[in-house]
Amino acid sequence: MSTETTEYAAPDSGGKAATAAQVFETEHLEVSMGPSHPSTHGVLRLNLELDGEIVKMCDPVLGYLHRGDEKIAENMTYNQFVPYTDRLDYLAPLANNAAYAMAVEKLANLEVPERCQAIRVVTSELARISAHLLGLGAYTMDVGALTVFMITFSEREKLYTLFEELTGARFTTSYSRIGGVTRDMPEGWTNRVLTFCEELLPLLDDVESLLTRNRIWFDRTADIGIISKEDAIAYGLTGPNLRGSGVDVDLRRDVPYSGYEQYEFEVPLGENGDCYDRYAVRMEEMRQSVRIVRQAIKKMPGGPFYAEDAKKIYAPRKDKILTSMEELIQNFMITTEGPDMPAGEVYFEAENPKGALGFYIVSKGGGVPYRMKIRGPSFNNLSILEKVSVGAMISDISAILGSLDFVMGECDR
Amino acid sequence: MIAQDLKSALKETCPELDDRDSTDWPAFNCPVGSIPNVVKELRDDHGFDALMDATAIDNGVEASPRFTVVYHLYSPENHTYVRLAGDCLDDEAPSAPSLVDLFKSANWMERETYDMFGIIYEGHPDLRRILMWDEYPHHPLRKDFPLAGHENELWDPEIAENTGVKVKPAPMAGGPFVAQQSVFESKREPAAKDESWSEEKAKPDQ
Amino acid sequence: MVSSNQDFGYNSKVEGGVIVSKADAVINWVRTHSLWPMPMGLACCAIELMAAGASRFDISRFGAEVMRFSPRQSDVMIVAGTVTYKMAPALRRIYDQMADPKWVIAMGACASSGGMYRSYATLQGVDRIVPVDVYVSGCPPRPEALLDALMKLQDKISTEYSAKNLLEA
Repeated sequence: MSTETTEYAAPDSGGKAATAAQVFETEHLEVSMGPSHPSTHGVLRLNLELDGEIVKMCDPVLGYLHRGDEKIAENMTYNQFVPYTDRLDYLAPLANNAAYAMAVEKLANLEVPERCQAIRVVTSELARISAHLLGLGAYTMDVGALTVFMITFSEREKLYTLFEELTGARFTTSYSRIGGVTRDMPEGWTNRVLTFCEELLPLLDDVESLLTRNRIWFDRTADIGIISKEDAIAYGLTGPNLRGSGVDVDLRRDVPYSGYEQYEFEVPLGENGDCYDRYAVRMEEMRQSVRIVRQAIKKMPGGPFYAEDAKKIYAPRKDKILTSMEELIQNFMITTEGPDMPAGEVYFEAENPKGALGFYIVSKGGGVPYRMKIRGPSFNNLSILEKVSVGAMISDISAILGSLDFVMGECDR
Repeated sequence: MIAQDLKSALKETCPELDDRDSTDWPAFNCPVGSIPNVVKELRDDHGFDALMDATAIDNGVEASPRFTVVYHLYSPENHTYVRLAGDCLDDEAPSAPSLVDLFKSANWMERETYDMFGIIYEGHPDLRRILMWDEYPHHPLRKDFPLAGHENELWDPEIAENTGVKVKPAPMAGGPFVAQQSVFESKREPAAKDESWSEEKAKPDQ
Repeated sequence: MVSSNQDFGYNSKVEGGVIVSKADAVINWVRTHSLWPMPMGLACCAIELMAAGASRFDISRFGAEVMRFSPRQSDVMIVAGTVTYKMAPALRRIYDQMADPKWVIAMGACASSGGMYRSYATLQGVDRIVPVDVYVSGCPPRPEALLDALMKLQDKISTEYSAKNLLEA
């Protein structure tokens, strides 16, 4: 096979063959990826500077979903703010509700009864499963494996049915109140949860058989987006992203809250800090969540589901309100002026599916906070994108974004 | 790590360090200029490896000092948090030293605090707005900024010209309904915070 | 009023493979049954939009076969989620790029009227910047509500004077 190559003569070169760099004036291409883009999960804009396919510089632009939650919190009572916490990490609202309620209860030094703590644990872990399933579905959809998206969404529909039976809404649940939860678990709900757990595990095995040893998946995710341990801690990463890099931090085990110290579970850790490890950590976390749910349901204590002696914080029962004067007044005060909180400052972090969701509440007394800062884990998780995407190719950006698994609701608040 | 040990160790680096009222973790007040040194000691000697949160509080328009910067650090070995707060010296143009050299996570968090409060972080490599668009002229979380916002132009002049849409203050009539903590009974009825104007009643000229 | 829902008595031996009808009926029938959405999924409503596209509440049964993320290839833009002032010009640009005929469904409380976010950063209703055809209430609306909105949009389209618009435009 004879190939005839046409050689371009470069100007001022005496007829010598030119290189591509001399013929074409090249410069780096600036591309703005987003804010409306199928594979950026939510409204995120990436200003990329590309050299061919390789990313030289990446500048994420946030704020397209900044709705002013912190300013709104300064104008609402503590209970009125609960629906806004749903919409922070809108994949796992029950976990956000529980974290917020625990933060405010810490401010009042209020101990909730054990049943309430166990219910919060069960709902938070189910929310963790729900968030990881969707994160996995969206991640694989971006990388190209569409079947997993369909499978995980069908499982999430089963979870939605469970949540709807418990709270009344499919996913924006507003289930917590300061001092307890809204209502007790209905009859037979725990059995349905256990049935769901039994159905989930073979399904996770199915998904693993599709992905874990799949050559294409491995090529697209292994050794991509490597985050070292030092970088992970320095950039403030938390949650599965941090554990995927091998750092052993889990707030449920280290700073236990809501009765987590009674349950046995393991914390999966990654080795290399690449996208594949983060995927594997999330898969294993779902199995550990099932383990925690089973233990919590087995140990479910009886008793009240709210702090009955917190008279100025949790509204009394409806039949008492309608018949007795004192309870009527309490209900009125709690609903209009808000739960009566002492002055002080508190910072509480909970291990949410995306990372450590923190609430810093400054209270000057009364029912309305003075300042509420919400530390969204996705905000810090995204900050590493500037470092990790340099040197990657454009198609790897989708894999990296999917593996970081962020939600713009809690990033922008 | 008992708070007293920590306090006495830190007092050697910064003698003006003082206790801060806190409901949970140990908290310290310290002058804004020595915050980087104290944070460096906390990170290097006491194992507080992670900066979890960097934010600020606006103490009120008439308060002096008006802005307080607050940092939260976490120690993965000892499983404790510590809170560090410092008052900005200037009320009109508040500033604080940046912690970007010590913790990379401070980069975006300080940008957010600048965006929301207007606190300039000295030494920050790239201090620009992160949540609002770059040309937005106000700092939303200050106490003198109303929740509804002010009227502004959209950041894209082409769309603003084509559609005529402006950034308008949100209509506050009818909510949020919150009762004020007050002695007078009429104030304690739940009412919208700002009822001077609504969608039917025009805004009074200031 | 032209509707695409009228029954035809059609016998191919008599009619011979030819249907005589009003142009409006045919054009509207074609348009309503192949509405390809452009999902402008911004916040939590996007999750319900995805659930409407997944296997339980299949949206492609109603003709919305593919969720095209390209504005040039789609007919209806479903604004799902809170629109902030920072996002609004981008949204308008995408709306401008859509080819006629185009419709907009405002899904959820935040897109319809700003929702519970009455603040400095939220556009109080996407109808301040793009013309909206159907509003869906709910926070988030159930996928069945979204399907109902799609059906209402189909009813609305079937009453349009499409032939007149096409021939005169």
